[in-house]
Amino acid sequence: MNYFLQQLINGITLGSIYGLIAIGYTMVYGIIGMINFAHGDVFMVGAFVSLITIIIFGITGTSSVAVGIGVLILVAAISMVIAGIYGWTIERLAYRPLRGSFRLAPLITAIGVSIFLQNFVQATQGARVKPLQAIISGGFTLLESNDFVVRITYMQILIVVLTFVLMAGFTYLISKTSLGRAQRACEQDMKMAMLLGIDVNTTISTTFVIGAALAAVAGLMYLLYYGVIDFYIGFAAGIKAFTAAVLGGVGSLPGAMLGGLVIGLIEVFFAAYFSSEYKDVAAFSMLIVVLIFMPQGLLGRPEIEKV
Amino acid sequence: MTPTQSSTSGYIEMVKRSLIATVIAFFLFLPTLGIKTSASGGVTGLFLQYRWTLLAVGCGLIFIGRMAIEIFGQKHEGQPKAAKAPSALNVFFGSSKVAKAVGPLLLAFAIVFPFLPFSDRYILDLGILIITYVMLGWGLQIVVGLAGLLDLGYVAFYAVGAYSYALLSIHFGFGFWLCLPLAGVLAATWGVVLGFPVLRLRGDYLAIVTLAFGEIIRIILLNWRSFTGGSNGISSIPRPSFFGLPFNQEPGGFAATFGLEYSTSQRIIFLYFLILALAIFTFFVTARLRRLPIGRAWEALREDEIACRSLGINTVNTKLSAFAIGAMFGGFAGSFFAAKQAFVSPESFNFMESATILAIVVLGGMSSQLGVVFSAIAMVGGVELLRQLQFLKVLFGPDFDPSQLRLLLFGLAMILMMLWRPRGLVSTRTPTVFLKDEKAVSAAMISQGRG
Amino acid sequence: MSQPLLSVNQLTMRFGGLTAVDAVSFDVHRNHITAVIGPNGAGKTTAFNCITGFYKPTDGQIVLTHSDDREFKLEEMEDFKISQTAKVARTFQNIRLFGGMTVLENLMIAQHNYLMKASLYTLAGIFNMPSYQRAQKIAKEKAQFWMDRIGITDRADDPAAALPYGDQRRLEIARAMCTDPVLLCLDEPAAGLNPRESEELNALLRSIRDTNNVGVLLIEHDMSVVMEISDHVIVLDYGRKISDGTATEVRNDPAVIKAYLGVVED
Repeated sequence: MNYFLQQLINGITLGSIYGLIAIGYTMVYGIIGMINFAHGDVFMVGAFVSLITIIIFGITGTSSVAVGIGVLILVAAISMVIAGIYGWTIERLAYRPLRGSFRLAPLITAIGVSIFLQNFVQATQGARVKPLQAIISGGFTLLESNDFVVRITYMQILIVVLTFVLMAGFTYLISKTSLGRAQRACEQDMKMAMLLGIDVNTTISTTFVIGAALAAVAGLMYLLYYGVIDFYIGFAAGIKAFTAAVLGGVGSLPGAMLGGLVIGLIEVFFAAYFSSEYKDVAAFSMLIVVLIFMPQGLLGRPEIEKV
Repeated sequence: MTPTQSSTSGYIEMVKRSLIATVIAFFLFLPTLGIKTSASGGVTGLFLQYRWTLLAVGCGLIFIGRMAIEIFGQKHEGQPKAAKAPSALNVFFGSSKVAKAVGPLLLAFAIVFPFLPFSDRYILDLGILIITYVMLGWGLQIVVGLAGLLDLGYVAFYAVGAYSYALLSIHFGFGFWLCLPLAGVLAATWGVVLGFPVLRLRGDYLAIVTLAFGEIIRIILLNWRSFTGGSNGISSIPRPSFFGLPFNQEPGGFAATFGLEYSTSQRIIFLYFLILALAIFTFFVTARLRRLPIGRAWEALREDEIACRSLGINTVNTKLSAFAIGAMFGGFAGSFFAAKQAFVSPESFNFMESATILAIVVLGGMSSQLGVVFSAIAMVGGVELLRQLQFLKVLFGPDFDPSQLRLLLFGLAMILMMLWRPRGLVSTRTPTVFLKDEKAVSAAMISQGRG
Repeated sequence: MSQPLLSVNQLTMRFGGLTAVDAVSFDVHRNHITAVIGPNGAGKTTAFNCITGFYKPTDGQIVLTHSDDREFKLEEMEDFKISQTAKVARTFQNIRLFGGMTVLENLMIAQHNYLMKASLYTLAGIFNMPSYQRAQKIAKEKAQFWMDRIGITDRADDPAAALPYGDQRRLEIARAMCTDPVLLCLDEPAAGLNPRESEELNALLRSIRDTNNVGVLLIEHDMSVVMEISDHVIVLDYGRKISDGTATEVRNDPAVIKAYLGVVED
């Protein structure tokens, strides 16, 4: 039972990370109907930028939790900015020119961007994994028994809380502000939105930037949680996060978070109870299962094609 | 506004825009080019290496590049975007008469290739590699180019073919020519199994699901050690013989039987002609299928699936057939690969392979078999050229391996390709049946599917 | 009156809370042109899509009877089967030709099922056996027949997207006819045609009705086409049938006038 609880905590933590990345996928697919293949690699870039910034600030091994958290928030902010610039640039250079083109074109470009980013980071930062010592260590012991101790670390609490805050903030942003309205208008009918004076280009760019910024935070959290990153983490994380987006219902932010949690839990439980080597297979299989049996996801709306 | 006034303020605007681009580039390059994380020889963690020169060079290049685009982009201001003249390559190879002439020429060159003076072991291996990719490209072209189904996991069929050959030849002692059709059948079956649940998905979703399938197969190959050997793979696969005559120095071997002096290149040349024969077979079958009702149905499927259904065409079966036949050729290529390498491991069958083959098809032009040949030569040959560029070590440091740049440039090429020529190098389509004149259909009219 | 070719019985289609087609019943006869008209949103295209299998009706029956008395329950059949087995062909409101393929290819694809059987599912085709060659020749001749009939033989090898709009519309009809249907369903075939092209369309439809032993069912807004060629007109409004009769009867029906023009407020 304790083992189960521990995996539950771990799963929710990992799920939060996936959820943040999934938001980027779901927003972009909702607004322009393309899978931003390179999104996972923006997450990876965010992780690297976080790593560099943390080393610059030199807080590794700090004992003060408050200082640690304070600096980490600063690191997150810097990472969000740089990743946001990446997201903006990618959209502007690689996707926007292809907006009128045939259906497969943006997907192929996105694959190209993904490959480029991965190898750009590999070429400039080296192919070896990058470790980082713990910055905030320690946590609470929830339950103790003879065979297993259930712990929740400060790190895990930080991740879940931060995710929740960001989630709430951006949901508010989307539903209450004019940006959100513009996004929903573009989702419904882009030409009409344009004719009504909505700046479609800026709306789309902002969507990409927000998605990238959230992915960067996910990158930071991934770095802190696992303590090691490399240039390839975006690939698997990207597929899993996309699965989460579809599972939750494409276009729905709460759905993306929910999907993220489900995928995270599946991955952790599968690794814990069956096999950790095949845990990715479990997550990827979920994608296939969801798309075959429940393509509109948990919180999405079914689509009817007009003939 | 007088001309001189507008050109000055015009130049100021250009400089402004270029500066903005440079500033953006600065932030993009800062955590990548500018600051590098390195492992210290010592105990704790990483230290940072500041590479300001590299950063400056990168930003400088962006500035110059952007200015160049601004200045030369001026000329196209007046032209409407639609007036893009078809490329010379397009017009030249789009005409089927020309294609009919070039094809045999290329074939003739391919046949004499191993006997040309510069064809040493290295060049021959390169030739084999290129032809393998051409064959894979033609196989994937059925799925992506003709039927319009974006398959990002094609490498899975390549893997099935390779592992089938490896396992069948080791455990059952089957010869190459028995394993080859079996590998094709297994790959085709796998294609149907994989395709059946997912082929009704829309384009993007189908793409990512096939990607997921490809990865699942790779992970299984990596971890099912008892069956596939895991990450160690399967080695000591029997090498192919010349129809029973082994390529060795023994009296019963190939060299002795034909009265030739033994040389290791004999086996390589045999392998070369083997893959060439397989490729030619692939070409003829795919060209023939294109002209048959099934091939027309594939292309109609790509154009408009709903219209197909309204004409009574069972689109699920049509898609499955495209998938299965494409998979079959992948399987053939895979068994050749295993026979040539005498060793297979999961690392040869990752997503990058699928992406490479896809890029070859897309770059070459979805409907043009000749285009695939050119793009395979460009992609694979071009990459090898890069390996020769040792001077790049100067820029990036002594532990820099130019093959790292290979994938980088590959990704860049995909992006540029889509921006510049989304329809590929040879983007016209030749009709499969004609009343009087065989006229090429321009790319603008070929749709890539409405879903 | 002989047995109807198509018998639509209490057809109902609901999308969530919206009832698009509400218990509509009508018959379509062979060698007749039946037009379905009504104001926008009346449910015409929805009913159409139910008949041709693109929607599954919520309720009702759609029975198609061949001349050998075989019956097909269209409400249960898959869309491509309705074309393949029941022999119902259709065209679309927004032309769905295979634009990147030539006129001839479009007409050949319509004969796909015939050619597939003749090529023994590709086997005979690969070896170019005489049986397949013969079938291909026959198919090409049928294609040529229809190209001559609609007057575009000189453009046989041009991509379909290059044809003028009126020719594209008629090509779509010819393509549908190449599947040898017993029922031809046309969704707004006159949309976007100028008067001359409408006349050509009328002539084509009349000749199809007279010579091809099919029933023609069409949705149309263009009253000149409807009144000119229809033997039988059905009027829908808000998903319900409000009138059913000859063109003249329907034109003078007060319910129809009210639906289109409204009632004068006292």
